[in-house]
Amino acid sequence: MSDTTPLLDIAELRIRFPTIDGGWSEAVRGVSLQLARHERLGIVGESGSGKSLTGRAVLGLLPRQAQWSARRLAFAGQALSALAPRQWRALRGRHMAMILQDPKYSLNPVLSVGQQLAEAFRQRDPGLSRRALRKQVLAALAAVRIRDPQRVAGAYPHELSGGMGQRVMIAMMVASGPELLIADEPTSALDVTVQLQVLAILDDLVRAQGTGLIFISHDLHLVASFCDRVLVMYAGRVLEECAAGELHQARHPYTRGLLAAAPDLERPQLELPVLSRDARWREDP
Amino acid sequence: MSAGHEAEMIRVDDLHVRFASAAGPVDAVKGVSFRVQPGEVFGLVGESGSGKSTVLRALAGLAAPWQGRLWLAGAELGRHRDRAFCRRVQMVFQDPYGSLHPRFTVDRTLAEALAIHRLDERAARIARVLEDVGLGLAFRFRYPHQLSGGQRQRVAIARALILQPQVLLLDEPTSALDVSVQAEILNLLVRLRAEHGLTMLLVSHNLAVVGHLCQRLAVMRQGEIVETLTVEQLRRGAVDHPYTRGLLLASRGYDRRVAEELLAAE
Repeated sequence: MSDTTPLLDIAELRIRFPTIDGGWSEAVRGVSLQLARHERLGIVGESGSGKSLTGRAVLGLLPRQAQWSARRLAFAGQALSALAPRQWRALRGRHMAMILQDPKYSLNPVLSVGQQLAEAFRQRDPGLSRRALRKQVLAALAAVRIRDPQRVAGAYPHELSGGMGQRVMIAMMVASGPELLIADEPTSALDVTVQLQVLAILDDLVRAQGTGLIFISHDLHLVASFCDRVLVMYAGRVLEECAAGELHQARHPYTRGLLAAAPDLERPQLELPVLSRDARWREDP
Repeated sequence: MSAGHEAEMIRVDDLHVRFASAAGPVDAVKGVSFRVQPGEVFGLVGESGSGKSTVLRALAGLAAPWQGRLWLAGAELGRHRDRAFCRRVQMVFQDPYGSLHPRFTVDRTLAEALAIHRLDERAARIARVLEDVGLGLAFRFRYPHQLSGGQRQRVAIARALILQPQVLLLDEPTSALDVSVQAEILNLLVRLRAEHGLTMLLVSHNLAVVGHLCQRLAVMRQGEIVETLTVEQLRRGAVDHPYTRGLLLASRGYDRRVAEELLAAE
């Protein structure tokens, strides 16, 4: 694999679901994207735009009834569509990982943080001694800037705040140093100040380990400030792509409409511009 | 009741709310005081667990035992909220998926409020309020699952409005909605306030939403108000408390330096 091979290469990804009347509902309609190492790619869109499904398709974690196809779905040059489920599973966790919105539903409530981290590490490396395992668990917690890893390792998920729980999730997902991390609204359930702390930890990871990050969010302003590049999705398609710093000069009326619809503390206006959707956006991005 | 309170629509004096928990009592609200003038929109801002929603629920009569003194339009409130109170003060909740009965049509949801308060001319009132929240009669016999999130929140607002209240208590009314739908609901609330002269108390974690709707706000943290200020002051960044400053910085998006400071300050 040469250095120019993108970490993730998706061409014309389509995902559809059967409907009650025997037809198909097209949820993702021809999404193409590429992600490089060290890159933070934001995918923004409203609910139902297909952004989360796109992320799940890469991990091979689509709902059972979903059907997908793609002209190309390659991870580090390897075609994912050619993999057996077992091979895909071997990639998950070790080479590609996902962080979901709410740590409350992603952590096991009856295992301590240390136990579930150890479980994850043992799966990746069954030969680890107890002592080495313990050391890894504490190191992983310290890596997400948890001050007192000993205490947190002994705590149960319900004893942690939302921000701390999300850091534990990140610790679990990133300890093996995945090359690709997909974060689906990882901070939407968190308070603004905690959100920033969690983003700083993701930022560390991209800088230190060269992880490629796909950051899925509905918050355009947050994505513009955090990512390198942004894709705007609408009705299962990519409508617009731009450098994050230039998102505020976006050209597509949908992107412009979304940006304008958010109230801005510094630029107050009596009435917020309401987005009027154009039927053509569905067909002709 | 002393003289001078008549001018205020809401007055909260030294409110305390304590919950029982497995680990012992938790003081959710610790001595909160503020006043809201008629026609004013007042914001309560804070992070989760700051006690902002509990203040709202104590006013609505939904919170666990509270202590302190509460007034509505000059009259002190007791433990019990009677029907007259509910006609004057109505609440709108965060999640329109959870706050509407899934098996009631819009018509039945609205009619129930009228029946409880023994109001007549039901069809005319329902038609009027649906028009008022921008839905129209076409929505009258739909079920919640046939509505989008924004339409559901409009129904929730219509249910509150149909009793012609003077005060709306709004608990994160737009945080479950997409930003384009949020804009529609915020515009609706601004218009309703102007047309009906409503007083509103808005609980939100979103400074931009508070800045859009409110004239004044109180910033809460761990059950206490750390600072009360005008939206104008917030906009200028003329804030006194470091916590308010932190919120303001954090709401501007990701900034590595600000994030480092927050991590260091932990």
